[in-house]
Amino acid sequence: MQLFPMQAISIESRRRGQRLVGPIDLTLEGQGATVVIGPNGAGKTTLLQLLHGTARLSAGRIDWACTTEEARHHQAFVFQRPVMLRRTVLENLIYPLRLRGVAKAQARLAAEEWAARVGLEPLLGRAAPVLSGGEQQKLALARALICKPKLLFLDEPCAALDGRATREIEAILHSAKSAGTRLILSTHDHGQARRLADDVLFLLGGHLHEAGPATMFFNRPETPEAQAFLRGDIVE
Amino acid sequence: MVDIWSGLTQAFWLVFTLDPELVEIAGRSLQVTVSALVVACLIALPLAALVAVKRFRARRLVIAVLNALMGLPPVVVGLIVYVVLSRSGPLGVLGLLFTPTAMIIAQVIIIVPLIASIAHQSIRELWQEYHDLLISMNVTQGQKIRTLLWDSRRALLTAALAGFGRAIGEVGAIMIVGGNIDHATRVLTTAIALETGKGEFALALALGFVLIGLAVAVNLAIHWLGRTEREGRW
Amino acid sequence: MKHWIVGAISALAMSGAAQAADVMKMAVTTSFNNSGLADVLLPQIAADLDLDVQLLVVGTGQAIKLGESGDVDALLVHSRKAEEAFVDAGFGSHRTEIMYNDFVFIGPKSDPAGIASSGAATEALSAIADKESDFVSRGDDSGTHKKELSLWGEAGLDPAEFGDWYNAVGAGMGAALNTASGMPAYVMSDRASWLNFGNKGDLALLYAGDPVLFNQYAYLPVNPERHGHVKNDLALKLEDWLTSDRAKALINDYKINGETLFVFNAEGAE
Repeated sequence: MQLFPMQAISIESRRRGQRLVGPIDLTLEGQGATVVIGPNGAGKTTLLQLLHGTARLSAGRIDWACTTEEARHHQAFVFQRPVMLRRTVLENLIYPLRLRGVAKAQARLAAEEWAARVGLEPLLGRAAPVLSGGEQQKLALARALICKPKLLFLDEPCAALDGRATREIEAILHSAKSAGTRLILSTHDHGQARRLADDVLFLLGGHLHEAGPATMFFNRPETPEAQAFLRGDIVE
Repeated sequence: MVDIWSGLTQAFWLVFTLDPELVEIAGRSLQVTVSALVVACLIALPLAALVAVKRFRARRLVIAVLNALMGLPPVVVGLIVYVVLSRSGPLGVLGLLFTPTAMIIAQVIIIVPLIASIAHQSIRELWQEYHDLLISMNVTQGQKIRTLLWDSRRALLTAALAGFGRAIGEVGAIMIVGGNIDHATRVLTTAIALETGKGEFALALALGFVLIGLAVAVNLAIHWLGRTEREGRW
Repeated sequence: MKHWIVGAISALAMSGAAQAADVMKMAVTTSFNNSGLADVLLPQIAADLDLDVQLLVVGTGQAIKLGESGDVDALLVHSRKAEEAFVDAGFGSHRTEIMYNDFVFIGPKSDPAGIASSGAATEALSAIADKESDFVSRGDDSGTHKKELSLWGEAGLDPAEFGDWYNAVGAGMGAALNTASGMPAYVMSDRASWLNFGNKGDLALLYAGDPVLFNQYAYLPVNPERHGHVKNDLALKLEDWLTSDRAKALINDYKINGETLFVFNAEGAE
């Protein structure tokens, strides 16, 4: 089952007549990590939601190498503020597997394995909502990865986290990438973008202002706005 | 004052000696109300969940109607059920009038809007919380409802207990559809009405205290049961 | 959770299950129930006939209604006019007199209207109306209520024109007595309910004995031709028992505080 290449053709999102994002044309291949970067309000979250399918397209379409149905089945999304089910850590991890009909015993094993992988093993019996921000985000990430998605979206995953938690999350993302999971994440943290990106989408005012391989974008940005942004100026 | 005191002492005595009439009447009260509660929950909870998550045009209207139905006077419900179940009524052939089943039916009608309304509030709140995650995970409608019902179970229990409280103390409707027949449809509330009408205030008070005690005991039992299956507080 | 549901549903199912003995439903008046005679007769009926008579204790008006709609199998009421209309209209197959008791006038011990010395029931009522002393009426279309209204009529008075001193409570005998006790007020009650009443307070029995106050109870089986489902065989069985010597002995021997309440006078069906 191949999701990629994915083609977004003139996609747009409008709310109450206001254009939020688009029109954007985009092609994504199946490897590596794409970072969507840009100032706040540029439309990063909306773009991710459009690609994932949780926001409705006001115009344009998205073509996958397979059907959209199948594509949705192999994706996962990590939100900026993690959504915790009011259950234990273990039950949170089991949940997506049980949704897919995985047997309880098997799901439990997978959950314990992933909990260990993200360093949450001692907390398996704890209620998820009482975890710290960093622990919750790690849980959300593990929960997203436990079904072995082919494509993982992350919307500013470390925005609310401290340095240590950020480092741990990025480590997990690196190993996910090595394992073959396609990552698309948004961030406004330049450093994180440099650390993680293979290619970059620079969003400004809802438009795709510049796009390219990471090394090119960070060392030699083409547009003045990108340059200004990377310098640290406020860009509108 | 003398009546209240003698009512209390009589209540203790009746309970202590397990007075057979008291046991029969109290048992029937519980049987009718608990049955009504189970049936009502089976109707109200999925209904509340459905209304909370499904987008349909008449949603606000349905919620408004549910809330309004909470104010249905129980005695009017009893009257309508009576007319329907009477031999000369549409469902007369079932021969249900003046049986505990008729009382259960009336109580179900009375408490379903209450349970559904309270449950709906909590389920809706939880749905707002889980919305992005569940949509992203592509859950089916059924999975959605089951997840929401399970995770809001504490609030649903509160809704159910509210229904229980309303039903166990109800007297108008079940008096009308049950007929307060001795050894057949007499329960604590109708017995209290009867004894009061006979001027036997002490006995009526005694039954009243037993009723209160019963309601409190059930509430405590349910809360204790709920607590023992969890360790963490959330 | 599952066990709870199964248990509850079987409880529900059992609630509608039939008893071992025969069962029939009879509508009786509150006055009859409050007399306590039912508690004496029912166990005997169960023992002698293996028949469980379920009593619906309501006012005469509702009892008649229950008979008309076929929700009960027989009536035991005390309102001759209503009973005859019931049979004439075909709702009842026939009417059988069983026993009678009497009505009495109850009032505050101080007797402000001075009815204790009256020579007739109508005289007592006129005295109360003249004095405008507080009076409680059943007001519920029951046999007792109808009797009271007919007496006012014979005294040449119309309750519709009475002032606030006349209180129609729309309730059973016990509730009416409670209200009278609380005010205190005059009230017309059947002797049995009065003797059995537990909240006498300041009230006392002030006047009785006028033959016009006699109160005839009759038994009416619901007409099976009108309502095919009624348990007419059981109703007739009960009627035989109620007109038997056994019933006669039990009814005539029934006393409260040494006083007989009912006089058995059954002969045959009319």
